[in-house]
Amino acid sequence: MATLLVFCEHDRGVLPVGALEALTAARSLGADLGAEVEAVVIGNGADALADELAVHGAEVVHHIDHELLTDYGPDAWATSLVQLIEAESPTAVMSVGTDRGNEVMAGAAARLDVPFVANCVSVEPGDPWSMTRVQWGGSLLEDSTLASALPLVSYGHHTVEAAQADAPGAGEVRTFTPRLDASHTATMIRDRVVLSDGVTLSTASVVVSGGRGVGSADAFAPLEELAELLSGKVGCSRAVTNNGWRSHADQVGQTGTRIAPEIYIACGISGAIQHWVGAMASKNILAINTDPEANMVTKAGYAVIGDLHQVIPAVSEEIRRRRGV
Amino acid sequence: MAGERIEMKILVCVKRVPAPGSRINVTDDAQNVDTAHLGFTTSPHEECAVEEAAQIIEREGGEVVVLTVGPSEAEEQLRYAASVGGTGFVLIPNDTGHDWDPQRTAAVITQAIGDIEAADGQFDLIMFGNESADAGGYQVGIRVAHALGRPMVNGIKGIDVRDGGFTARREVDAGSEVYELDAPAVMGVKEGINLPRYPTMKGRLASKKAVIESRDLDAAPGGQTKVKLHRPEEKVSETEILGTGPEAAPAIVDLLDELGVL
Repeated sequence: MATLLVFCEHDRGVLPVGALEALTAARSLGADLGAEVEAVVIGNGADALADELAVHGAEVVHHIDHELLTDYGPDAWATSLVQLIEAESPTAVMSVGTDRGNEVMAGAAARLDVPFVANCVSVEPGDPWSMTRVQWGGSLLEDSTLASALPLVSYGHHTVEAAQADAPGAGEVRTFTPRLDASHTATMIRDRVVLSDGVTLSTASVVVSGGRGVGSADAFAPLEELAELLSGKVGCSRAVTNNGWRSHADQVGQTGTRIAPEIYIACGISGAIQHWVGAMASKNILAINTDPEANMVTKAGYAVIGDLHQVIPAVSEEIRRRRGV
Repeated sequence: MAGERIEMKILVCVKRVPAPGSRINVTDDAQNVDTAHLGFTTSPHEECAVEEAAQIIEREGGEVVVLTVGPSEAEEQLRYAASVGGTGFVLIPNDTGHDWDPQRTAAVITQAIGDIEAADGQFDLIMFGNESADAGGYQVGIRVAHALGRPMVNGIKGIDVRDGGFTARREVDAGSEVYELDAPAVMGVKEGINLPRYPTMKGRLASKKAVIESRDLDAAPGGQTKVKLHRPEEKVSETEILGTGPEAAPAIVDLLDELGVL
């Protein structure tokens, strides 16, 4: 039977939502092709993810396991995935277009000497296959054709919403032991630095973000206060990090973090394209700006025309008043 | 050890890209970004890669060769690199008016590295941007590293030189991952690894004097072919104005309440 292999990344046994987005996208492609959707997870203990993958439609969960697969490493993971592909001869291989997803798929494509098309928004099987993918972080779309005996594609993160299958897959776990030696562990994670164990920019349901209009590093204090009241995080635009007002880790945008909160509150941000593509997956956007013609204002679902230095403290005050503190 | 210099040889691969403002338009034939009214720049991740290389050789001593595949006009980006710390410059011209696909680009860069290293010795570190700002294929550096048989990690936001190699940090959601790569190594770096310097007067002079070496190379096309570019359908969202000035605060809090985030 035709099969679609879906490489599902995880970090120490935790599946990011992106892996489930890829499975969700693969299900509809599998239906078009009459192909079975089979998930691939790599590393010690990853077979524990089988139930969650089955709920999202995986008929088979290929568990690639080896004593050297103790953590993530691009070489070991790509090499292992290639060996599974060679053993299974799938119709196509897909993943989500996250850092790990694209890195492992590009590594597999390099080893197999086949094309890899990153960050697709739609994929059409055929001869040749055709797909639409994002350029410029999502500001432009590119229609491409793909001449390859083995299509390798990733789906852009947040372009598909992860959803459980109407009928769960069987989730049958099949263990695959790759041929690896110590040379493949040269790029494995050696250590981790944990900066935050709570809400982060990419998981926060509220992001309060400031742009050039904030004016200085110190002037972010009211944004910090509002974010704290809403259990959210503070973000910023590229202009802010270029001015040295905030760390690049806070930057929302094409070259920063792509976010998808319930609401994005953009304060004093003009909405240059490189910022917009990092924020556009937000479910709701509220722009606060003195300029009613600013891009951010015209693209946002909600806007307040005014000076963020007055509006934001007033919002915090109103929240405290309603909470009676 | 103090006073002991490793003398690093670093190669940085950069791409010339348009510098768009608030909107990107496509040419009438739908093949390219309409750059009639746009300037050009070095793709942001790669601008940071050049800066990182410059900082490393300021500490360790050595040289930074900057290489680009692109139109002859990409000389502009190489001269800019000369003004901010580059010491050698290689242009592989592609004047077809279309980017080569990722497989072809990687094959050409791999050939160029082979030629340069055969003449001048091995690079300790080869840097790419994590992905180009325009096409964003996420693979050229990874393909080159594989072809060269060298370790490669993408998404790097911190590099320390250590004995015989590098410690590299990749930012993840709640912190960072630490990798140890032996030289010779390849990395894809991300913006935020540093804040690139502006050219100084001395840099501008270096830029004028820089010698650009042109290498004519080509390779077989890969399997992905661009058909056309188009702009995504814009969500026509009427902006609901909640109010003006601080008086809008209650309406904002009502909205937060409605969305269940209060």
